[in-house]
Amino acid sequence: MDKFGRSLLKNYVQIARFYSTKSKEEIDKLVKGKNVVVFMKGVPEEPRCGFSNAVVQILRMHGVKYEAHDVLKDESLRQGIKEYSNWPTIPQVYMNGEFVGGCDVMLQMHQSGDLIEEFEKVGIKSALLTKHEKEQKQKEEAEKGKTG
Amino acid sequence: MRIILHKCSVLYRSVTGIKTKMSISSGVIQSAITNKLKTNLNTTHLEVINESYMHNVPKGSETHFKVVVISEKFKDLPLIKRHRLVNNLLKDELQSGVHALSIVAKTPEQWQESDKIIESSPNCRGGFGK
Repeated sequence: MDKFGRSLLKNYVQIARFYSTKSKEEIDKLVKGKNVVVFMKGVPEEPRCGFSNAVVQILRMHGVKYEAHDVLKDESLRQGIKEYSNWPTIPQVYMNGEFVGGCDVMLQMHQSGDLIEEFEKVGIKSALLTKHEKEQKQKEEAEKGKTG
Repeated sequence: MRIILHKCSVLYRSVTGIKTKMSISSGVIQSAITNKLKTNLNTTHLEVINESYMHNVPKGSETHFKVVVISEKFKDLPLIKRHRLVNNLLKDELQSGVHALSIVAKTPEQWQESDKIIESSPNCRGGFGK
């Protein structure tokens, strides 16, 4: 095959890969056995969508480490992940391989406090809980100091 | 027609007193969403807000929506199931052009107890209109 033919084939393979849909097995590998995985637009350092940014900020507040995948870099992932969870929008958050929700669900769980429990289920202690406990302890000690 | 719709929207806003930016005229998709949710969920209160203007899409687009859905049918359903219910009803729209759908799903009791303030969705951060 000449050089031109090879580059044409290479382009074709790239395009085919870009427009195919990631299979369930391929996505299983990305989410199974991992505490927290996020599928988003852009990267955590530079989200390309306000909803993705909101999820990143929530996870940051809770001090949670996670794996992030940029769906704008991979159209097959963008399509595949929607079919995988039967959820039509990005971002999507997974904990221990289970789909938890998108931006609205994360935001509401964060506001209600349920998110702290959700993290506990996968063995993560939220930084907000640690902070709260520290403050309680300081308060108790201050009370003791007053009475003692 | 646009003027009438505009007046309706302003009137509606002043009646409900909800602090959201509403789209001025009602588009085709917006009406379809409204009808589907109203008939299938028997809503006691419904707002379908076109937030596309906040994003990197042409003027007058119907790509980004926020829906406030108040229905008795959400009773005893966890949050994620309520969202799935709404997503499924709007499956066609989500497959043909609508790519952002923010959902507030409450029962009439929860809506009564809430402050009824719907916050605007987060600002767009580029994303090439996607």
